[in-house]
Amino acid sequence: MSVGSARPAFTTRKARFIALCLLPGVVFVVLFTYYPVIRGAIIAFQQYNLFDLTSTPFVGLENFRAVLAEDRFWTALRNTGTWVAVSLFFQFFLGFGLALLLRRHFRGRGLYQAWVFFPWAMSGFLIGLLWRWMFNGQFGVINDLLLRSGIIEHRIGFLATPGWAMTSVIVANVWYGVTFFAIMIMAALQSVPRELYEAADVDGASRLRQFWHVTLPHIRPTLALIVLLRIIWILNFPDLIYSMTGGGPAGSTDIITTFLIQQVIGGDYGRGGAVGMLVLGLLLAFSVFYLNATRFEKAR
Amino acid sequence: MRRLAKVIVLGVWLLITLFPLYWIVVTSLKPKVEIFSMPIKYWPGNVTFEHYADLFSFADFGTYLLNSLLVSLVAAGAVTMIGVLGGYTLARFSFPGRGALMLAFLVTQMLPLFIALGPLYLLMSDLDLLNRLAGLMLVYIAMLVPFATIIMRGFYERIPVALEEAAQVDGASRLVAMVRVVIPVMLPGIAATFIFAFVQCWNELFLAITFIDSEDAKTIPVAMNSFITQYDIDWGSMAAATVVSVLPTLVLFAAIRRYIVEGLTAGAVKG
Repeated sequence: MSVGSARPAFTTRKARFIALCLLPGVVFVVLFTYYPVIRGAIIAFQQYNLFDLTSTPFVGLENFRAVLAEDRFWTALRNTGTWVAVSLFFQFFLGFGLALLLRRHFRGRGLYQAWVFFPWAMSGFLIGLLWRWMFNGQFGVINDLLLRSGIIEHRIGFLATPGWAMTSVIVANVWYGVTFFAIMIMAALQSVPRELYEAADVDGASRLRQFWHVTLPHIRPTLALIVLLRIIWILNFPDLIYSMTGGGPAGSTDIITTFLIQQVIGGDYGRGGAVGMLVLGLLLAFSVFYLNATRFEKAR
Repeated sequence: MRRLAKVIVLGVWLLITLFPLYWIVVTSLKPKVEIFSMPIKYWPGNVTFEHYADLFSFADFGTYLLNSLLVSLVAAGAVTMIGVLGGYTLARFSFPGRGALMLAFLVTQMLPLFIALGPLYLLMSDLDLLNRLAGLMLVYIAMLVPFATIIMRGFYERIPVALEEAAQVDGASRLVAMVRVVIPVMLPGIAATFIFAFVQCWNELFLAITFIDSEDAKTIPVAMNSFITQYDIDWGSMAAATVVSVLPTLVLFAAIRRYIVEGLTAGAVKG
């Protein structure tokens, strides 16, 4: 068999092999992810209510106008900012601290990490339920602990008071997300070459200076990526709020994604589509940012 | 002194992490009168399993468990197979459109499926798949294909090409080389992918509550969601249901922790 005659046949076979391997995955993603997203984009410009499907005329930007005219949408948008920024802040710094403490090997570190890891096995829905019960205004254990330790004198209706409700869902979210940062930052810390520290030791640099001038510059690109990823995920995380407060009281814990889900559950797919597109725009902006950052990272 | 401080801080964080789990277990073991009484007891006065029994007598929790198990097993199995095949081609060949495909998969990792919840409902309705486990399976497979493919690609890239080439020189076809030589090496990674996909399906809420409302097709999260009423939650049953639904995932995640950490750092796993 000469190479010349074998090659075309081989290439066709190779192409067929590639196509066959990729086909199932592509079909699923196109049919159940991209197609619905595109249909959603079209529905966003239609009057489309699940309870009246006899007429679904195109109405231009009417759905967007209606959504943008709603106070609840703007509240949700503001809340999204608070939810993301405050959760991120505490997750990041507590996670960073935990990572620094776990950096050096000690006896039982593996076991410790295994236990600290456990919230990851839980869904946001279940985490929301756990904390809803603990923050209960009457029989909640958090009220009890605060009363016993003398920090408060009267029970607080955490989930029934607008300001407290937001604090409560953020506490739950921080509890859940610290581990993520700890893990990621630990991995980043371990990527710093040992020689750099040895050189710094020789130069007589203090621990703090080493951290500032060796560790931090080295892991900064990774940190930026982790933070970006996390922003997207916190934004995409209505599960916890859904089961903990349902967005209440009076919309005070609504974020843009819980708002979206309420529209869809309410049957107004037109408006749901419009909110979906707005969320999509927000996410795409972040994604483009993120993907550019990754490319930047690889180019280095 | 420094060491002591470190031990204390780590201890406190461990306590904070584990307390909610402890508390839900304790709640599930308290009789109803103790759950709703003052002062709060930090250990049940009378340990009872009545809430667990209620789940299976008053609620049809056996059915929900079985549904969740079935959906998660089938979807995770299918998606793992798709990932094994797709990941291989992405790791071993360069072909036109490869970059675009990777991008298309990566983008879905940023998009939550509930962005298209409405259109997905319409699609399921068109395909006559509402209230059917098969519909849920299909959507879950689609939801996890990008993750499984990307993470498998990473696993393949760590295996030297020489390994398969040696087998191919010995006369084995590409597929045979893949099945006989490469897959055994990847078995732990494949198992981890399967388990992760399983847990994602097991936990999924929003798609399930959109497509399913008949009793015999409910999965555990759908059933638990219907336990939530506007003003009243039976916390004994809810706690028991939480424990039952979280136990398998705790065990499974503990088994694949190392891989999840790797997946996270590779950006393939959603947090």
